Amino acid sequence: MTSSAAVEVTGLRVRRGNRLVLRDVSCTIPRGSVTGLLGPSGCGKTTLLRSVVGVQIVESGEVTVLGAPAGSPGLRNRIGYATQSPSVYADLTVGQNLRYFAAVLRAPRSDVRRVIDEVGLGGHEEQLVSSLSGGELSRTSLAVALLGKPELLVLDEPTVGLDPLLRDELWMLFRVLADRGVALLVSSHVMDEAARCERLLLMRDGAFLADDTPSALLSATDTSDLEQAFLSLVRAKEAA
Amino acid sequence: MNTSILLATTARILNQFRHDRRTVALMVLMPSLLLILLRFVFNSDQAFSRAAPALLAVFPFAIMFIVTSITTLRERTTATLERLMTMPIAKLDLLFGYALAFGIVALVQVLVAVGISLSWLGLEIGGSVWLLVVIAGLDALLGTALGLFASAFARTEFQAVQFMPLFVMPQVLLCGLFAPRESMTPVLEWLSNVMPLSYAVDALTAVTTSSDITGELVRNLAIVAACGLLALVLGAVTLRRRTP
Repeated sequence: MTSSAAVEVTGLRVRRGNRLVLRDVSCTIPRGSVTGLLGPSGCGKTTLLRSVVGVQIVESGEVTVLGAPAGSPGLRNRIGYATQSPSVYADLTVGQNLRYFAAVLRAPRSDVRRVIDEVGLGGHEEQLVSSLSGGELSRTSLAVALLGKPELLVLDEPTVGLDPLLRDELWMLFRVLADRGVALLVSSHVMDEAARCERLLLMRDGAFLADDTPSALLSATDTSDLEQAFLSLVRAKEAA
Repeated sequence: MNTSILLATTARILNQFRHDRRTVALMVLMPSLLLILLRFVFNSDQAFSRAAPALLAVFPFAIMFIVTSITTLRERTTATLERLMTMPIAKLDLLFGYALAFGIVALVQVLVAVGISLSWLGLEIGGSVWLLVVIAGLDALLGTALGLFASAFARTEFQAVQFMPLFVMPQVLLCGLFAPRESMTPVLEWLSNVMPLSYAVDALTAVTTSSDITGELVRNLAIVAACGLLALVLGAVTLRRRTP
């Protein structure tokens, strides 16, 4: 199991200020598949993702990523990370941003062309990031995460603000990457994206409500769509 | 540390400047414009020649401090720093990359200011022009390094601007520009002795009055350079890969 898992989280507890943001969460993210992290805004999704990429100060618990403790120097060119707010330089062009991050990752120059095509930004290479639309901006930020050959992609709400067609294309790209063996951990607060994932982590108030496949969730809760499944899990928990 | 990542960072920052021509124009021309203003305020070559060397240290120092602290704060508060901290870049690669980029801009700034002062404003110097440029450039770098360090303590750009009076003004008041340092009360003289700008002003004054490279001049330069380096290393310490 350990060799096939990309990420293993055990008893992770994170406090930010006085608030306990993650309450002893444990989960496993397999390689070669797309795991969706879903839950309402403010439930701790970003904090969990930050813990996985190793930039979050944690109170207790263990996070093992690709066989090493999260944040180990050896992991720094094996993980692609896209933050929720676009993390690119607004006063550079798309190409200049990508060439800079490629240099930092020591990725080949040809990667820049490849990732621009992968996120559908062909023709925008010379455009200044500050003049991009919201969707183009978040795709530029996503493109940076695809540079190099990441074995794990941690994407914080990568499809926010994208039109349905682009969203569909990106999910197909995630699928292709997973088939190549990449582990993807993708957060979203939109339940209709959940069906695209092979595995779902449903989160609320810093704890998991469920960790299962979409179809198993539907049959366990006896519902027909995942939004209903989520609500029924929340109600069941509150009744308990 | 990795030189190619450091240079890529420098190139990235210079590219950012290229897209912001107004800031570059302000940075390069501001000290010169202030010196021109001062020349006409004094309305005398002698008075200007007395005050100008100190101001050739003060203006680039102050301007580079404020520009650097805002720029690095912007990197710290946008998600780009968080992303970089997940990548194989050493903190010193980032900080020295910044220092090198701003150092290049500072050098241009100082060359223009010195050129205008000597050719047009009637500044007369006894020593080497190149040494004058080196000292003023070193001083701008000190402003850059302190700005990088100070940005760690500001959460907003508004706060960063307020650090300018805090970090810069006391050094300007105590550097010997307004009153000779030896004539200050012991407490103020002591304060003046621990402030790096005082040594930069002393060095510049020495270069303008004589062509000798004395031991004291070398010592003053070493102090300015060491303070700049210390501020950069302290800046690296304040950069954290993991944050709350």
